Amino acid sequence: MTLETLQQYWWIVVSLLAAILVFLMFVQGGQTLLYTVGKTEIERKLIVNALGRKWEFTFTTLVTFGGAFFASFPLFYSTSFGGAYWVWMAILFAFVIQAVSYEYRTKPNNFLGQKTYEMFLLLNGLLGTVLIGTAVGTFFTGSAFSVDKTNLLNLTGGSNAISAWEGPAHGLEAVLNFTNVALGLAVFFLSRVLGSLYFINNIEHNEIMKRANKQLLINSVAFLVFFLYFLVVVLLKDGFAVDPTTGVVSLEPYKYMNNFLAMPLVLVLFLAGVVLVLAGIGITWLKDSRKGIWYAGLGTVLAVWMLFLNAGFNNTAYYPALDTSLTAGSAEWTAFMQSSLTIRNSSSSHYTLTAMSYVSLLVPFVLAYIWYAWKAINNKRIDEKELQDEHHSY
Amino acid sequence: MIGFDTSLIEWSRAQFALTAMFHWLFVPLTLGITFLIAIMETLYVRTGNPEWKRITKFWMTIFGINFAIGVATGIILEFEFGTNWSNYSWFVGDIFGAPLAVEGIMAFFMESTFIAIMFFGWNKVSKGFHLTSTWLTAIGANLSALWILVANAWMQNPVGMQFNPDTARNEMVSFWEVLFSPTAINKFLHTVTSSYMLAAIVVIGISSWFLMKKRDILFAKRSIVVASAFGLLFAVITITTGDSSAREMAKVQPVKFAAMENHYHGQAFAPLVAFGAMTPDADTAKKQNFIFKFEIPSMLSYMAFASPSAYVPGIYDFTYGNQEHGIPSFTERMEKGKLAIQSLASYKEAQKNGNDSLAQATLSVFRDNYQHFGYGYANAPEDFIPPVKLTFYSFRIMVFLGGFFLLLFIYFFWMGIKNKLEGKRWLYITAIFSIPLVYLTSQAGWIVAEVGRQPWVIQDLMPTMAAVSKIEASSVQITFWLFAITFTALLIAELKIMFGQIRKGPQNEGGH
Repeated sequence: MTLETLQQYWWIVVSLLAAILVFLMFVQGGQTLLYTVGKTEIERKLIVNALGRKWEFTFTTLVTFGGAFFASFPLFYSTSFGGAYWVWMAILFAFVIQAVSYEYRTKPNNFLGQKTYEMFLLLNGLLGTVLIGTAVGTFFTGSAFSVDKTNLLNLTGGSNAISAWEGPAHGLEAVLNFTNVALGLAVFFLSRVLGSLYFINNIEHNEIMKRANKQLLINSVAFLVFFLYFLVVVLLKDGFAVDPTTGVVSLEPYKYMNNFLAMPLVLVLFLAGVVLVLAGIGITWLKDSRKGIWYAGLGTVLAVWMLFLNAGFNNTAYYPALDTSLTAGSAEWTAFMQSSLTIRNSSSSHYTLTAMSYVSLLVPFVLAYIWYAWKAINNKRIDEKELQDEHHSY
Repeated sequence: MIGFDTSLIEWSRAQFALTAMFHWLFVPLTLGITFLIAIMETLYVRTGNPEWKRITKFWMTIFGINFAIGVATGIILEFEFGTNWSNYSWFVGDIFGAPLAVEGIMAFFMESTFIAIMFFGWNKVSKGFHLTSTWLTAIGANLSALWILVANAWMQNPVGMQFNPDTARNEMVSFWEVLFSPTAINKFLHTVTSSYMLAAIVVIGISSWFLMKKRDILFAKRSIVVASAFGLLFAVITITTGDSSAREMAKVQPVKFAAMENHYHGQAFAPLVAFGAMTPDADTAKKQNFIFKFEIPSMLSYMAFASPSAYVPGIYDFTYGNQEHGIPSFTERMEKGKLAIQSLASYKEAQKNGNDSLAQATLSVFRDNYQHFGYGYANAPEDFIPPVKLTFYSFRIMVFLGGFFLLLFIYFFWMGIKNKLEGKRWLYITAIFSIPLVYLTSQAGWIVAEVGRQPWVIQDLMPTMAAVSKIEASSVQITFWLFAITFTALLIAELKIMFGQIRKGPQNEGGH
């Protein structure tokens, strides 16, 4: 395969992992509903135990997404993580406190107390979703960073770092751009929609069902508001185009809309994803179906996946460098933009991408055993009786 | 570097050390105890004896508490390569990223999928399926160790790659060379088998507490027999691979080897200091400065090169050069390193200006000197001497305590199969105190590996000062304390929960 094909293949894989991660963030959304849907101790126990059997998949997907991004597009790893230090640290911190909370929440002598662990779960649900969404928003709006590989060869003093981030907020300034925040909130409310659908699918309890249904409606409306706002802004804004021959990055009007039109399959799958999410919500609300999570889940994966393909394909810079403090159109402003990352200038070598592609052949096998294992322990809904009989509960 | 904020490097190193050491408090138990649990469950499935199920479940509870905090402390490490060592992530990301990705795809999913069946599947799947899941959890945990240790070994001995001057980074040319480098094999085997020893000591120590309290006697005795046999078997491999690791180190990281031995002056028939104490100023004085020492003649030569007469170069030989033995000084290597860096810069410039002949000429100078590349970033030859005292003492703590644990396994195993474990209070106390000691040993091993290689992030190619991200030292300071406080709180929680579960003991019904 050519380097270009391999770069595209890996952008597809990394985007898919990101998409699966957003779907699996139903765990985070579910956590933020802990007190809203669970009013009694037993109800909260049911919720925590239903989520507790899945949290590790979300966590593992996040870690694998990080590893795969590192292996395939190391310049992104270096630039974004090293530059947007605070936003990534905040996200990671939110996941650190989640990992212990399930196991320790109800254990005797747990030092911090049950309430603290529940707060950790709420914080993880809130920060994890909003900040990841906001960070992804910058894929379309840009961040103020510069990349200069010759810094590595600087022996006259000062830093040898090849990338530098403008401003002291190190990534947190992304929250000042409402388009980014809109995506963050859209991901937050989507995760709550998915969390509600998961409860409806997975827990056998009337009160939880009723409240989850109510939450489904409220959060669906909120999700749609922020998602549509983000979508409209992105489709109408200027995007970061790359000249395929010279590699020069420039702003192009309606770039993301043009990308969809230039890649009809991506557009169709994106729309199919949105329709499936709506269908998942619709059949649950209108027909009392308990299978909405599957439609909405698949829809989420498709829509997010295609959104990432839109950001990276069709000669687009997926991680744009933009300094809004410079005068738009000025020479410095244009020069600054040339640090933008594209799948071409940020990828690993041909050899590594090929070696990793062989490894990626394991993915269907991994998905198959995950599916098999889920079926084996999830063949019936979780209820109070099961928790009483269960040797291992949270 | 001149004008460079060295506190940024110090805080970044401190944060990585802090998070890695915390993570390593929990990982070795996971690696070993999962296999012990799998063996115990196999005995249950084979014999049908419910006592084995009770034993299995108790150790599974201990594992679960430990596992959760291992996961919590682990996620930060993967991303820290990017957040704090961004230059490193670019310079070698083409090679280093791959094992991390494989780790996720191959190992983490296996572990997290089957762990769910292991904990929640008792009443839902068949005995055979459950047992398979337990084994797969153990294999998954150990596979993840394989990939991260391959990555670490590669930093110590970078093989299977080539520098690409056009992209200004190293690129992988052989996946297999990276995977099967002797350093990687030794590191993996030594690390996982020593982790099995740690798990065995923990199981023996906790079981001894039960024997001391005269509670759950059968459970404790059976646990001890399984754990001591397991520990004994793997102690032998730990010792063998420790020996080959030292030999490999003498070859590829000779300065680390010399630091580990506080060996300043090279000599043939070099003695090994079995134990000794150094003056408090030994590191700053950059001298051997022993207060007292006990030596084994020619042993160091034998340990390094399998020959008592072999010449073992010392720290001074590397710092100031040794012509007779063909060792260039750090100063020489610094000059060549600077030449490599400057010629690469000239190559880039010539290329930009379309001057092909100059580009070719500078490129060939660069290639001739690339093996010294990393030395070009330092100011003084002494910058390449690692902290000797810490490395020297840590090595001895690791070796002596490791030997002590071997004896403990032999004794416990022997007493266990003779059924003479009861009523030996001093033995129980020794075993219980061995628990903190085995953790100290395990951490000491990593101190030898990581402090001993300073200042290298990638041996000879990239020192810490060229690898660090461009952020304010104060930012790293804040996250350092944030992690220090959070991880300490979580550790206290873990220990309190663990002690509670141990006091509760193995349960007949329910109870996790």
